[in-house]
Amino acid sequence: MTNVLINAPKTAKPGEIVEIKALILHPMETGFRPGTNGKIIPRNIIERFVATWNGAEIFRMEMSPAIAANPFVSFFAVATESGTIGLRWTGDEGFLAEEHVAITVG
Amino acid sequence: MHSPIDRRAFLAGAALLTVLPLASAYATPEAMAAAIKEVVGAGTIREGKVKLDLPPLVENGNVVPLTVSVESPMTPADHVKAIHVFNEKNPQPHVFSARLGPQNGKAVIATRIKLADSQKIIAIAETSTGQFFSASADVIVTLAACIEDVT
Repeated sequence: MTNVLINAPKTAKPGEIVEIKALILHPMETGFRPGTNGKIIPRNIIERFVATWNGAEIFRMEMSPAIAANPFVSFFAVATESGTIGLRWTGDEGFLAEEHVAITVG
Repeated sequence: MHSPIDRRAFLAGAALLTVLPLASAYATPEAMAAAIKEVVGAGTIREGKVKLDLPPLVENGNVVPLTVSVESPMTPADHVKAIHVFNEKNPQPHVFSARLGPQNGKAVIATRIKLADSQKIIAIAETSTGQFFSASADVIVTLAACIEDVT
């Protein structure tokens, strides 16, 4: 169960540049911190964030442990056609989260 | 009185001592330079076009807002292909790499990062024309991230 918060406009004019903001709940454990037992807590991060517009990739970000917990990403995209914006996070320990939002262009 | 040679030897030794322990535990400016080199290759980096927004004084290094904006027409012929961000003193020099294209309209990215110490952050933009532009920012961190004990 993952918790994702997406902020993107529901409608846009053709050619308009829209901002897409996404936040996901994730500890982003760096793998450099000792836990209560003195042992290093194993790394558990989101490594990759990919955004698609009607299936075509529009934005991609490779993350490192230096990204804060609950990674927040904001980026822009040109509204070309109505459809769905897909957001996908993948990471350590087989982490996978996928969300879609609809956008109407016209 | 010390002779000038003694003083020189002492300084060289002191410099070595300060560099060595850093190299083992944290990304050093050298490690950052190496990581940058990996991205840039033989290309040259020029200052300008990139704007890196970070608070100059950070109370909590666990969550530091960061915005990178690059001046670019973002047309198929001339756009920002990638934005890379590096740091000097976190355990690893790499922060993130983002891939962009003309479909983004403008080359602006915002995120939140962790900083283990007061340090310099560098953002590098790679354009479709094969040029590299950079901007850097110095940040002072009061509470460090990554390394503190969770107890």
